[in-house]
Amino acid sequence: MTLIQDRLLSIATDPLLSFKQKSRQFALSADEQLPYLSLSDGLSTALESRVVCDMFEGHAPFKPRYVLPDYALFLKQGSCYLELPPADTLDEALTYLGILYHHVPSVTDLPVFLGHIDRLLLPYIDDVSDKQLYQKLKLFWIQLDRTLPDAFVHANIGPEDNRIARAILAIEAELKQTVPNLTFMYDPAITSDDLLRAVTDTLCQCNKPHIANNPLHEAQFTDTGFGIVSCYNALSLGGGANTLVRLNLRKVAEQSDSLEDFFAHQLPRYSDLMFELIEARTDFLHNRSGFFNSFLVSEGLIHEDRFSPMWGVFGLAQAVNHLGSLANKQGSYGNSEWHNALAPRISQALSDIVTETFVTFGYKNRALLHSQAGISTDSEETPGTRIPYGEEPDIISHVKIAASHHAYYPSGISDVLQLDQTVVDNPESVFQLCKGALQIGMREFTVNIAHQDLVRVTGFMIKRSDIEKLQAEGSRSNTAALGVEAVEKTGILNRRPRVVSDELTVSDYQ
Amino acid sequence: MNSPSAIINKILTFSAVDGPGNRLVVFFQGCNLACLNCHNPYTMGRCNDCGDCIPHCPQQALSMDDTGTVRWDADLCSQCDTCLSVCTFSASPKTLRYSVSELLDVVQDNTPFISGITLSGGEATTQLPFILAFLTALRTNPATAALSCLVDSNGLLGKTAWQQLLPLVDGVMLDIKAWHTDQHKAITGSHNHRVKASLDQLIRSKKLAELRFLLIPSVTDFDPPPDDLLLMLRGLSPETPIRINGFQHHGVVGAAAFWPPAQSDDISRFQQVLHSAGLLNVKIPVHTEKMSLPFR
Repeated sequence: MTLIQDRLLSIATDPLLSFKQKSRQFALSADEQLPYLSLSDGLSTALESRVVCDMFEGHAPFKPRYVLPDYALFLKQGSCYLELPPADTLDEALTYLGILYHHVPSVTDLPVFLGHIDRLLLPYIDDVSDKQLYQKLKLFWIQLDRTLPDAFVHANIGPEDNRIARAILAIEAELKQTVPNLTFMYDPAITSDDLLRAVTDTLCQCNKPHIANNPLHEAQFTDTGFGIVSCYNALSLGGGANTLVRLNLRKVAEQSDSLEDFFAHQLPRYSDLMFELIEARTDFLHNRSGFFNSFLVSEGLIHEDRFSPMWGVFGLAQAVNHLGSLANKQGSYGNSEWHNALAPRISQALSDIVTETFVTFGYKNRALLHSQAGISTDSEETPGTRIPYGEEPDIISHVKIAASHHAYYPSGISDVLQLDQTVVDNPESVFQLCKGALQIGMREFTVNIAHQDLVRVTGFMIKRSDIEKLQAEGSRSNTAALGVEAVEKTGILNRRPRVVSDELTVSDYQ
Repeated sequence: MNSPSAIINKILTFSAVDGPGNRLVVFFQGCNLACLNCHNPYTMGRCNDCGDCIPHCPQQALSMDDTGTVRWDADLCSQCDTCLSVCTFSASPKTLRYSVSELLDVVQDNTPFISGITLSGGEATTQLPFILAFLTALRTNPATAALSCLVDSNGLLGKTAWQQLLPLVDGVMLDIKAWHTDQHKAITGSHNHRVKASLDQLIRSKKLAELRFLLIPSVTDFDPPPDDLLLMLRGLSPETPIRINGFQHHGVVGAAAFWPPAQSDDISRFQQVLHSAGLLNVKIPVHTEKMSLPFR
């Protein structure tokens, strides 16, 4: 048998994959048989050495990476293609949304954006009691988790206070599911302290939701509106990301002789290759794949010109540390003033490059800079602009260092603030931390409290209990395997929880 | 300038366990008790500049300056704590001296993140003149006036001193180390008449923010509770915040390292005692499983 036949047979006979997971593996393997898009020698070399990465989006990109349909329009007008009338009741709205989700593609094949759930459903709940609302939304949430088994599937709520947002927070605390991922949009002009407290109380129970700073994001997407999708990507509503490519800053720094060489030569050189890859991939998607003939376009749910390439970076910490050693500086990123000051200079240089460079297929002909939260095989690089796990300073310094980058990354920059479980007894402390982080300009962040069953990986979540099961009998979750790989290779469990007080914990000795 | 300065062991900008919300906690150096079970015994003494620790520092972060004062270089320090283990005075060379305005600056840098501040130690009240000056400044500064201020204390402070301090703070978290004075003396080296007087004074002035019992099985005399302890507990208002802390070995040196750590059963028995005394607001340690993850 040939190598590829061997591989296909091993997929077909894998005892731990479900039949759907096998079908998807087959499809990915088929795509890999196509020749790669035509690239320059320089870019091919950079891709092979993984200085520039294409995020495994495939050789023939026939669908955008992330799609954010205008679900409100869909509910209002119905769909000819799907033979659905406009929704009139909450039941209809939930059912129709559940149908459309199965027609929204993404890099994972499953929708990464479920909509601003509370805003979408508010028109349909006037005659629905709180109890009925809770029950219906709970069933909907269970259905999402069981039919879209991928923790990149993502819903948004907030910033307004309303019955749906409150119900969803309570349902999250009750169900503790990995799907959907959830972001709460916070807006100091709109969100009450009471609602933010409900959010942080939920956080203390299940490490969800992620919190986003609404006015900061809104300013970036004034014409289109926006959603937070997948592993924390902020993108235009009615559009999305046509591709995501990312630059390994550690490797760029390692190619540099000096700080000057890094900024003046290596960064621009590899940035050019990033743009070349973006052009090649988006050309195929927009000009050859036929994706934009979809009913999603003809019915006005998405617009081709609202798709932007995401220009991702990762391994900033290692880049800063390497450049520090070239400059004979002691200390490391997260723990030295020199390093902490250099890091945002790199972010700013990247931002200048990306905001000044034309792309053929991008909203307003620009790509969007993104602090990429890592993939499960990054063993030598820290996600995006984060501080390496285990080297984080005290939590407030951590937040201040992280915030120094947030202005430069319009399509998302996430960080995980790891706390120990003594905070569960004092949710007000989490509330105060979140409020402070938002006030000093964090665009978004996640709080992860140690020892809960739901664990934040790069940005998506897995259950500890699923991990155990996966190794024995496979998992119905497509992301559990990525979680296990991330735990083994990227050290996510080494995140340093802050607030440790031994007398306030008790662990029985056997 | 004759303004007081303080010797501070450490400042934490995020603590969820030193009062309501997030607290900025200032750990003052020096304590007037010598608890055998202290989990940070290096905060008891104040450095006398003997210099014995200097040659032991593997990073050469310690030195003696021209004035005969031990200096600590935070940038060189690797926090290995060798200096703490060789110090024979239960002190630390790694303390910092703060003026009132310097400490106020630290607080101001962190106001978006904190609900209030907590003065702890060591024993914060052993540096009373500084604390009075600092709290007065904090209260009169518009940027920090709204922060709540708590003091974590062993209760050894005298009545007149409390009268000066209490108007400046929102409350005091008082540690009860043992109930009978002999037992208190065995654990801490001092009798506890003043602690009990402080407890009365704090209750009367409505400044008791939390009453804390550190439970050490077979060492502290809370379980079973002596009659006069029960009497005191029954006299408290039902909402009085109480916290049971469980003795653990972390940081403990000497004889107490052989004392048994508190287990869940010990905690629940004493919690039951407090509940039967009518107390409704009792916090207990968070139970943590020793996490073993299913990975190789």
